[in-house]
Amino acid sequence: MTKQSPANIATIPDEGIDKGGQRLTTDQITRVISRHLEEEGGARLKIYMETCVHCGLCSDACHFYLSNDHDPKFSPAGKVKQALAPIIRKKGRVSVDFIKKASEIAFTECNLCRRCVMYCPFGINIAYLMLFIRRICHKLGVVPQYIQDTAHSHSATMNQMWVKEDEWIDTLHWQEDEARDEIENLRIPLEKEGADIFYSVIGPEPKFRAQLIYQAAVIMNAAGMDWTMPATSGWDNSDMCMYTGDEEMVARLKKVHFEAAMRLKTKRIVMGECGHAFRSVHDVGNRYLGWKMSPLSVIHAIEFYYELFRDRKLRVRQKYSIPVTLHDPCNVVRGGGLHELARYVIHETCSRFVEMHPNREHNYCCGAGGGVINCGPPYTKKRESSSKVKADQLADAMARGAKVIIAPCHNCHSGLEDTVKHYGLDMEIKFLGDIIYECIYK
Amino acid sequence: MYHSYWDWNVGKKIIADLSQWRKTFEWVEEPYVSPDGETIAAIVKPEDLKFSVCANGELWENYFDKIWYLRFKPNNSLVALVSKDSRWTVAVAGQTWENGYDFVWDTRFSKDGKRITVAAVNENKYFAVTDGSPWEQTYPSLSNLTVSDDGRNAAAVVQSILFNSGEIFKFQQGCYTAAVNGKAWGTNFLNIWDMSFSPDGQHLAAEVRKTLYDYTIVVDGQPWDKNFLSVWKPKFNPKDGSVTAPVKVRGGWALARNGEIFWDERFLQLWHHQYSADGKNIAAIVAPRFGQWTIAVNGRPWPVTFNNLVTDLVVSPDGRRIACAAKSDGQWYIAADGQCWDNGFDMVWAPVFSPDSRHIAVKVEKDGRFFVVIDGNPLKMDFTAAWDPIFSPDSEKIMIKGIGCDGNESQYCRHILNLYD
Amino acid sequence: MMHEIFSFVRGPMVWIAFTVFTVGSLYRFISMWRLAKKKDSVVFNYFSFFYALRSIGHWIFPFAGVNMRKHPAMTVVAFLFHICLFVVPIFLSAHVIMFKESWNISWRWLPDPAADIMVMIVIVCCLFFWGRRIFLKEVRYLTSVSDYLILAAVAAPFISGLWAYHQWTAFSAVMIVHIISGEILLMIIPFTKLSHMLFFPFTRGYMGSEFGAVRHAKDW
Ligand code: HEM
Ligand code: SF4
Ligand code: SF4
Repeated sequence: MTKQSPANIATIPDEGIDKGGQRLTTDQITRVISRHLEEEGGARLKIYMETCVHCGLCSDACHFYLSNDHDPKFSPAGKVKQALAPIIRKKGRVSVDFIKKASEIAFTECNLCRRCVMYCPFGINIAYLMLFIRRICHKLGVVPQYIQDTAHSHSATMNQMWVKEDEWIDTLHWQEDEARDEIENLRIPLEKEGADIFYSVIGPEPKFRAQLIYQAAVIMNAAGMDWTMPATSGWDNSDMCMYTGDEEMVARLKKVHFEAAMRLKTKRIVMGECGHAFRSVHDVGNRYLGWKMSPLSVIHAIEFYYELFRDRKLRVRQKYSIPVTLHDPCNVVRGGGLHELARYVIHETCSRFVEMHPNREHNYCCGAGGGVINCGPPYTKKRESSSKVKADQLADAMARGAKVIIAPCHNCHSGLEDTVKHYGLDMEIKFLGDIIYECIYK
Repeated sequence: MYHSYWDWNVGKKIIADLSQWRKTFEWVEEPYVSPDGETIAAIVKPEDLKFSVCANGELWENYFDKIWYLRFKPNNSLVALVSKDSRWTVAVAGQTWENGYDFVWDTRFSKDGKRITVAAVNENKYFAVTDGSPWEQTYPSLSNLTVSDDGRNAAAVVQSILFNSGEIFKFQQGCYTAAVNGKAWGTNFLNIWDMSFSPDGQHLAAEVRKTLYDYTIVVDGQPWDKNFLSVWKPKFNPKDGSVTAPVKVRGGWALARNGEIFWDERFLQLWHHQYSADGKNIAAIVAPRFGQWTIAVNGRPWPVTFNNLVTDLVVSPDGRRIACAAKSDGQWYIAADGQCWDNGFDMVWAPVFSPDSRHIAVKVEKDGRFFVVIDGNPLKMDFTAAWDPIFSPDSEKIMIKGIGCDGNESQYCRHILNLYD
Repeated sequence: MMHEIFSFVRGPMVWIAFTVFTVGSLYRFISMWRLAKKKDSVVFNYFSFFYALRSIGHWIFPFAGVNMRKHPAMTVVAFLFHICLFVVPIFLSAHVIMFKESWNISWRWLPDPAADIMVMIVIVCCLFFWGRRIFLKEVRYLTSVSDYLILAAVAAPFISGLWAYHQWTAFSAVMIVHIISGEILLMIIPFTKLSHMLFFPFTRGYMGSEFGAVRHAKDW
């Protein structure tokens, strides 16, 4: 194909991609990509690209495909065909326009949810291939502006939200003060060496959802946990660099996080309700550093709550009576197998539970994950229209009585909020922690 | 910091009974113990909404709205960050610095404990304060506060060019630099992270990122010629002033000196390198293979490896011995001189060498009780809380500090034991 | 002339085909292994036999996975196709007899009517695959000329074999086509997407290991 068809040109204006693209020439692109293929294009890339029998069976896995009128351009293998196959075939000799489009596809049309892995007979990991493209885009400097800014924040402040060292500590003090109005002598223990638990959260918590830290403190207090949070960087377990393809920064961020926990001599890291952060500490970042598994055990909030109820550390005052449904976040369910534990916690705390379908490993992604929501407002429309199956799935649960969606993940929360609003669903979204906070003896 | 005037008479000294404190105050935070073991202190709440510090049962005369980061200096005096009427400052033994700030944090002591530096902010202007005197220059942000051994020099990563969030291309031109005693380097970088002062405090080396892809080490504002895929914290050779840092090259991590690869060996990971006092030996935490951790001395890894982690690398005073804490299959261990000690624990603290380098003592935790292990043998005493042991200057005695020995679960005692009994 | 071609494709060409197939497959395995050792050590570090087999087991058992249940026709066709594709060439009486004549080794063979039906199944399945490529837009989108060619290459030996067996017109020429196309099929396996036959256990096994051992989740 010599003529560039309109479909191959990035359609959404984005300063990161547009200005980034302006700086490039075809020669430069070829040089960077062929070097990248040489250095990092290994057997997985080769086998995935060659083994794919073009059967299209992965299509039904992908909510982008399902939501966009079964447009094959959005199928997992379809995205590989558009954005990666030409790169490999032409050994990197692709145009600037091609790279811009590839960046848009890889960053905003795939949530890296890995659902397709369960639908492809060969287990071809499309998320890996999309990340491969993202890393190329990172090396070429054509990354959507918003997520690139987040990656910069990570590098400059070791957190996702440009939170300064003092602002972090100040937020904890402030939440502690607030919480003391409710529970006298409640404490958010900072820098307590030798505590059992190192509690880490994601950057947006102190910035936008500080009440979650408050709630966590109340739960820790009610359960009598010996816990601490650092007054240094390392408190943020999130990682957008994992999604921009900046692996060197991922390694640095995870080092800071794990070493904060090690410095405080804590035995395990309990993390708030976030999915991608779990992926980055449990599965991805540790590998870049040479740790086969995370060096200290990492417990996601779901598992932690499960333990607290199992061990009768928390007691329920009154069960939550509004019917709830559960959104299984990709990164802790398909990526961590926590689905049954989440249900255990729900059964302990809620009196009416409605399953959504599909569920567990087969749940649809919220549409926000994989850094897609972090690519920001330019892509909101696309993200919302690509969550149509999600909306249908929620509407079905709603029709069967569910009024509250429990989503134990920050990204899912934001994504579902947009979906619920966009599709006019009358549902509220909550964290497990919100429910627990409401119904336990404090 | 071995002060021969500390009380090294063999025996047990009962310092305080914390159950008394808990009866007196409704709020007692976790206690801290002075290096000489003579004082135990905690943040307490003597009145509603008022906090103070209780040291050996005595309250500071000043009360504060908030107190945090209570720590003992190496010279045994007590320091905390305190606030009154929303102004924050440093309190030393209960006496505050003259000036207050919007916030202070990141307390740093000189090695001898004589100087204190903190990071501070006033009306969104950031600076450091040493012993009450703030930097003349202020910056829109400040992080990674670092002080020299003598505490006379302080450095931090500061923002030198303002940008709005979202201005990714401006950021990529480099908006950060380091400031030493308030004065900025003048060269800007995308990022600067961990920094080290030379032992005399005259030079500063830092990890930097020059572009999104090029990492290197900068010494006094001057980057090395070569770029790397990544770098970790640089260190000065205590004798010749050269700078070494772990750097990532194709094929793995290596140690580089003044920009040139210095160790031939490549590792899957290499970090936290340390010099012996004579500058002749370098030890580092390394992963020779994926998921296998150990110590390498001058590039040669120990035969023993651990599959979870290695941390707290300590070099003996004579520079010949190395010890560390390590974790394998979920159990913590102590390793020294290439060998792993027998017992596994729930947690292991940084090993402590005797001044003559012949002994190693380590605080450990097992089943919720704390012990001290000396040269591989656990002492028979167990505690509900304990602090790092210290050897006497002549290396003949050891001080064990803990709560809950001899059946009294709230009594803090310091014990001096003869090593050769 | 015909005879010379026939004895060539029946003689040296068979050797060439088998050699290309085995050496080619070995080459692919070894080079991939090496490449993986160099750049994808993660594959070895996280490979778990238990979870690999658990996943493979679920994917070679009809209807064991969700997606197989979602596409029952495709599942039935794909399994029939693969079974027949594998069984017929090896257990066809004519093939077994050839082996017996050439190397004096033999094994049980299929009754001819059964083989006949299985060949027809393969052909029908190929038609089905072909139809999918034409009528299902998600498959059409992924299809390029090479997919049709490969499908033709797969169908050719079966169609020609059926033809020759039933001795329809010009069957001796068709016999040559049958042999050649069979040999071509064998030879292209290692070098086209048909290598999925070689790499399936590894891709699936690796994903099964990651999903099972690290992520504690199913991957089917
Ligand atoms: C057990 C693992 C295998 C799986 C999961 C698998 C899967 C598939 C699938 C899904 C297709 C459909 C392609 C289409 O829609 O066109 C296919 C086609 C095919 N497979 Fe397999 N296969 C496997 C093993 C094999 C083996 C062992 C062989 C060789 C003996 C083989 C030979 C073929 C051929 C010749 C085709 C037709 C190619 C085409 O459609 O263009 N497969 N396979
Ligand atoms: S990883 Fe998820 S979003 Fe991406 S292609 Fe696969 S199913 Fe679609
Ligand atoms: S299901 Fe697998 S083999 Fe089939 S098209 Fe999708 S990625 Fe390729």
